[in-house]
Amino acid sequence: MISYSFHWNQAFKALPQMLDGALVTLQIAILSMVVGLAVALALTLFRLSGNRALSGFATGWVEIARNTPALFQIYMAHFGLGNFGIHLSPYTALLVGIAFNNAGYLAENFRGALKAIPDTQTRAGRSLGMTPLQAFRYIVLPQMLRVAFLPATNQMVWAILMTSLGVTVGMNTDLAGVTQELNARSFRTFEFFAIAAVIYYLIAKAVTLIARLFAARMFRY
Amino acid sequence: MFDTSLTLADLGFLAQGAAMTLAVTAVSVIAGTILGIVFGVIRNQAGPYWSIPLTFLLDVFRSVPLLIQLVLGNAAQSIFKLGWPPFTTSCVVLSLYTAAYCTEIVRGGISSVPATTRRAARSLGLTWWQDMRYIVAPLATRVSLPAWIGLTLGVMKDSALVLWLGLIELLRASQILVTRLQEPLFILIICGAIYFIISFPVARLGGYLEKRWSPND
Repeated sequence: MISYSFHWNQAFKALPQMLDGALVTLQIAILSMVVGLAVALALTLFRLSGNRALSGFATGWVEIARNTPALFQIYMAHFGLGNFGIHLSPYTALLVGIAFNNAGYLAENFRGALKAIPDTQTRAGRSLGMTPLQAFRYIVLPQMLRVAFLPATNQMVWAILMTSLGVTVGMNTDLAGVTQELNARSFRTFEFFAIAAVIYYLIAKAVTLIARLFAARMFRY
Repeated sequence: MFDTSLTLADLGFLAQGAAMTLAVTAVSVIAGTILGIVFGVIRNQAGPYWSIPLTFLLDVFRSVPLLIQLVLGNAAQSIFKLGWPPFTTSCVVLSLYTAAYCTEIVRGGISSVPATTRRAARSLGLTWWQDMRYIVAPLATRVSLPAWIGLTLGVMKDSALVLWLGLIELLRASQILVTRLQEPLFILIICGAIYFIISFPVARLGGYLEKRWSPND
């Protein structure tokens, strides 16, 4: 029935190259997550600020990030920005696209987490003489991060999976890109992509495990 | 003034792409939901230990990028000489992907029904099937529907990836137009707007249902 002969040797020989690619994948995911967290925090503050323009901007960002495909956002960063004379390399475009997506989803997570913290706590802090910023920094933020941690972990896994989209804008150094390049050279599609799938799976599981251990240490009562 | 070489025919082309996106989404979500319900019930009946193989298998679909799954699915279908067109391959892979997420949702829904309620039903003489049909299904649907709507929208957005297999859906259609007309920003904005118009109202409905149906509120 199957007249296809698998050539796993060839694929395993390319494993070091693919692992290098995995490092790039991890690097993009972490960078996009760091940028995304920072922007999401800013967007959350914008929404809380009560300023129409700022909160409108934040809401617009969140809704666009959540209601269009991640691939579209990466295309926008790669092809769309070219209209303004900004020509990003595939690496930067991928990073910008994923960070944009992360920021939108994380901002929504933060909003949900904020809702879980009663207003009375901020008021209590304020009546103890804290400035609004202090009340946010010392009372709301630590609790918010605790609630938002698990969804943020999921977002991190999502970010790792999303990096594979870079191959569609010509990225050739991350795991999916390296795999595609090897595939284009040898046409051993199944073998190479199966190994890539295993590596992605292991990375995703490792990230989840590390996050769990971290949460167990950081957020015990 | 604003000037574009985009014609009505091109807009029709985009609409065809959008129709393809919706078709892939509809097939995958329907098939994935049926599979998800079956797997969810199996996981719930089998208990945590006996369902480990199934849990692991479904977890793989959630931890491997969809793009890689599509490529693997396409390679596998040619290895087994199934001769599927890209549309079938895309739908099969996306259905399994949907099923993996849907299983979690269904499982969560079923386990949200209090065990006492179900025992009461069985004590009244309802069979397992009747209990499932008249007690569990209505209660679990309430809990699961908002998450399921979110999943459907997620699949709609992820279906953009099927362009890698050569299917001309919305994003691929706009990419073709970009290549021809060299107006990337304008065309991509239209494409994004179409996605947004499809997704946003449904997302709002999901949010509304979540608020409306959340217990003890």
